[in-house]
Parts: sequence; C-alpha cells; structure tokens
Amino acid sequence: MASLWEYANPLKFMRTTDWLLPVVAVAAVVTTATGLIWGFFFTPDDFRQGSTVKIVFLHVPAAMMAINAWVMMLVASLVWLIRRHHVSALAAKAAAPIGLTMTFIGLFTGAVWGQPMWGTWWAWDPRLTSFLILFLFYLGYIALWSAIDDPDTGADLTAVLCLVGSVFAVLSRYAALFWNQGLHQGASLSVAPGTRMDWAYKAPLYVSMVGFGLIFVALVLAGTRTEIRARRMKALVARERMV
Amino acid sequence: MQDEVLLRHFVTKGRILGLSVTNLACARGGIPLLEGVGFSLEAGQALVLRGPNGCGKTTLLRTIAGLQPAQAGDITCPADSIAYAAHADGLKTTLSVAENLSFWAAIYGTKGIEDALDKMNLRPLAGRAAQNLSAGQKRRLGLARLMVTGRPIWVLDEPTVSLDTVSVALFADVVRAHLAGGGMALIATHIDLGLPEVGVLDLTPFKASLDSTGSGHFDEAFL
Amino acid sequence: MIALLVRDLRLAFRAGGGFGLGLAFFLIMAVLVPLGVGPEPDILARIAPGILWVGALLACLLSLDRIFALDFEDGSLDLLATAPVPLEGVVSIKALAHWLTTGLPLVLVSPVLGLLLYLPPQAYIWLVVSLALGTPALSVIGTFGAALTVGLKRGGLLLSLLVLPLYIPTLVFGAEVVARGAQGLEVATPVALLAGITAGAVALLPFASALVIRINLR
Repeated sequence: MASLWEYANPLKFMRTTDWLLPVVAVAAVVTTATGLIWGFFFTPDDFRQGSTVKIVFLHVPAAMMAINAWVMMLVASLVWLIRRHHVSALAAKAAAPIGLTMTFIGLFTGAVWGQPMWGTWWAWDPRLTSFLILFLFYLGYIALWSAIDDPDTGADLTAVLCLVGSVFAVLSRYAALFWNQGLHQGASLSVAPGTRMDWAYKAPLYVSMVGFGLIFVALVLAGTRTEIRARRMKALVARERMV
Repeated sequence: MQDEVLLRHFVTKGRILGLSVTNLACARGGIPLLEGVGFSLEAGQALVLRGPNGCGKTTLLRTIAGLQPAQAGDITCPADSIAYAAHADGLKTTLSVAENLSFWAAIYGTKGIEDALDKMNLRPLAGRAAQNLSAGQKRRLGLARLMVTGRPIWVLDEPTVSLDTVSVALFADVVRAHLAGGGMALIATHIDLGLPEVGVLDLTPFKASLDSTGSGHFDEAFL
Repeated sequence: MIALLVRDLRLAFRAGGGFGLGLAFFLIMAVLVPLGVGPEPDILARIAPGILWVGALLACLLSLDRIFALDFEDGSLDLLATAPVPLEGVVSIKALAHWLTTGLPLVLVSPVLGLLLYLPPQAYIWLVVSLALGTPALSVIGTFGAALTVGLKRGGLLLSLLVLPLYIPTLVFGAEVVARGAQGLEVATPVALLAGITAGAVALLPFASALVIRINLR
C-alpha cells in the first residue's frame, strides 16, 4: 500500500486533487445546501426563540470549523517541522484565511443571533471572547506569512508561531473563563447549543456541520493547489535566473 | 602567547586538525548556487576564494561558519575552531573601541585585547567611540575582533573593503602571523593581499547546474 | 553571558539607547487616561488596575523591536550566532536586559501612577507584586516576537500584531490580581496562575526564540 507521505509530494498531490477536488466540492455544496435548507425551512420554530434559532445551522458549524481549522494548521505545521513536506506547510498557509473567515462568520452570526435573544450585539462572555482572541491569532499568523519573502523561511517561522500560538490560545481560553467568572458572576448569557435540542434540530445541524467540514476541505485543497502553483512559478523564475 | 594557545587548540592526539570541505553544495533563498565544492586547509595554510559577484562566496562562507545548513556534502573541522567575519563588523557605535573588543574577548573567553590593539594599530583609538571612527578604522576594529577570538580558523568575507594600502599591508601581516602560529584562513576577496604563499580557489567551475539539482533537492517537485 | 548583559545594559543607558522611553510612555498613559475619562475618583479607582496593566504592556511593546533589530543590522547577531555561547542563552540574556531596562522600572514607578489613578490603598502591594511577576513574561514573550520579525522590513507593526494576542493571559491574570486586591478579595489563585505563566514562558520560550533566530539568519 502506498504510504500516506507520498501525497506530500507536490506532483502527486496535484494529480490526486485533480479529480478529488471536484468530488469534494460537489459533495460540500450538496451537503451544506441540504443541511441549511432542511434547517431553515423544514424545522419547527423554537417555542422560546422563534425562528431566530435557525441561525444555529450557520453559527455552530462555522464556529466548529473555526477551531478545527486551527487544529489542522497545528498538525500541518508539526508535519512540516518534523518531516519537511512542502505541501503540508502550504496547506497550513491555505487554511488560515478560511479559518479566519469561519471565525468571522461565527462571530457575525453570533451577533445577529444575540441581538434579538440577549438584546445586545456583543457580550464579553468567555466563549465570545475566546473567539475574538482566536480571530486575532489568525490575523497574526496570516500577517507573518505575508510579510516573509522566502517561502521556506516563512513556513518555518509561521509553523513555530502556530505551535507557540496554540499554547497561548488555550491559555487565553482559560484566562477568558477565569476573567469573566471572576468579574461578572452569573452574567453568562451563553446557551450551550445542542444540549437541549431534539432530533428535529440535531439532524439538519449535523448535516450542516458535515457540509461545512467538506467546504473547508474543498477550500483548503483549492488553496493548497494555488499555493503549489505559485511556488512552482517562483521555482521557474529561479530556474531562469540560474541558466 | 597567542600562538601557543593556537597550537594547543590544534594538536589533538598528535595530529594536526584542519578544515576539510568535501562535495559541498549550498543555496541561497532556495536557489542552488554552488555544488561539489571541495578543499582542505591545514595548520598554517590559507585559501583565497575568488569568483564573480553573486556566485555564492558569501553563502559558502556562511555555510562553513554554520549559519546556514549545507544542501549536501561535509564540512569537518575541530569543534569551536572557526571565527567568522562578515561584511558587517558587528560594532556598537556608542561603545568605545576597547569596550567593543573586550566584549568579544569575554564572549570567546579569551584574555587580553592589548595584542590585537597593537597589531591592528588601534592603540591610539582605544578610548574613542566606534561611531567616531572612519570606515577603514571600523574595518580594522572588526578584524581585530578576529584576533581576540583565539580561534584557529578565520573565515573572512571581503576583509579588505574600505582599507587603504597601508591597512591592507597591516592586515596581510596579521594574517601571516596567524598562519605562522599554526592558524588557518579562508578569505573571499578580489584584491591581491600580497600573500604569495596562499592558495587560490576559483569558484566559477562549481556553479550549480540545473541538471544536477534534480535529485535530493528540496524543491525537486517544484523545479 | 554576563558580558552580553553588561554590554546590552550599557548600550541602553548610553545616548540613543532608548532607555526610559517605555517609562515615559507609561507615565503619559496614566496622565492621559484621567484626562479622557474624567476626574471622578470612583471611576478611576475602578479602572486603575486595568489601565496600569494595559499601560505596562504597551510600554513593554514599545521597546521590543530594538531587542534584536540593532544587532541584526550591524552584524552582531551573525557573530553572536557563531560565537561559543548558546543562542538560547543569548535570547534569555536579551530578554533579561529588556526586563531590567523596561519591566523593572515600570514595577518600581507603578505605585506613583497608582496614586494618580486613585488606586485603593490595599491594592498597591498587589500592583507591585503582579507587575513584578508578570513583566518578565512580557519581556520573554516579546523577545520571541522580536526574534520572529528580526529580518523583516515592516517588522514593527507586525511585531505588535503577533505579540499582543500572546500577552492576553498575562494581562488577564495580572489585572485580575490587582482588581481583586483592590476589592480586598482573595488573590492567591490569579497570583499562582500569573507566576505559572511567567515560569513556563521563561523556561520554554527561549528555545523557540533561538530556533526562530537561527531560521531568520539562514
């Protein structure tokens, strides 16, 4: 059986994703559309929250992918640092803006949902605060990538930043929990989604989550392909200079 | 005195160790520059590297100094034996000449900057802040730093830039004394140092070619 | 190593070394905030812990880019990297020098600024304790950020963007210590957490910083 690492070869990766990307993309669109349409139009209104609750089908999957994208970047960074596979570094680079967008969607839909429910667009709730902090970490990571010219140096530095940043992101999460409980005891407005939901909501929500996962995979694959092509262009220019 | 230190550095188990480079390939910013570079230096020898601008002299020296990894090949030398001097002299402009030198002496754990001050003719400037030195004087201070490292192998990148003829001769004397004491020097330079006994290595034939960068190179799949 | 510390301190204290900039910034912060917020003692006393901690954090940030940039420009960093001193040690000493010239003065001057902001009397001790415990972490984390951006042209702004999120846990626990101290509450937990973050950062981050410096010099 072929080793998984073979896919870390850019050529092999390009060849595989040639057919894989369209498949994943179609699956992503179909699944997400199913989840969202089912969720928006074929679920009953909540007895307390009315139809506003339906934003959950966007909010929860986006928030989930915001965290998963960072975890994926962490794994890819580790793979790059340990095994020096270029595709891995480029995949981490491609995932960052997608994670940032997911975080933004999570925050935005949260605000839109929070306005009618809690009467405020924003609350310094630990969960919200953590996502805002995650947003900042994404910004820093992307900014560092864009500031460095040499691709290998950029990959190394951002990988180290991702590792160190992960530790501090987790610390920040606990700091946010501690901070809020410490100052505003009992003011937490957060409704833990999914805990008191029945299957009428859960089923479309899960479909939607899978859909968002597939969207993420498709976008990362597409982004990585772009990065590989950009890298190849750089290599070709370098080749010109060598002759 | 310094010569004795050098010799003790070198003679290990009755054998004189030097610098040996075999089949070295190096790259800058992912672009292969040199390959198959090989030479060796023994106590008392020096080698001058030549080649057109951008051929990879600086990269080669940085690789040998351990600042960047080699793409291929081996560099063998005794541990802690290389003193590297780059284009920039690493001088702190608000510190005096003596303070600058003493700092490097302390970092390398050697004693006495007096010898270096005398040999590079810096004695009269010892108390002057480095920002008030001329370019040539700064360069001399940068080279004096080499002498306080107490290391046998000097790796020098364009050491004579902004030196006048008198100072070049002074520098050549210092290198000669270093070699006579069992030291070694690897020098990238364009000018004639007036060291007739020194070997010359032209790097032009070692220019990396596309065909041979194929296998084993990082960018293999991108190139 | 001692020689490096002595040199860095000497450079900081000589003309153009930038010593005292952070301190002056801290002072200006403490003067500007009351001017912006208004002179009511209740409000100022309530926000004093946060203002002082944010001020300390920004004052630290101000001098971070000098940690390696100057050594990088004049070539000393290359020479230090080839010198017989471990780079991990070099970055630790650099962080220590940064703390001695920035963090420590902030700790010492903070009670005076507490006075300006009507900090409750029982909180002074915790202000000093929390800054003394927390500012070393700010220096070490900042050194990591400075190491990341050492060769970059637009390093300064990027440095802030990279470092400030990393400062969040220190800020939260540090300000919490002072806030609890002001209310006369128990402070042991945030003090322990703050000390833990500092200890962890001081012990581990120099390895990351040295690694990053090596990558940047390549």
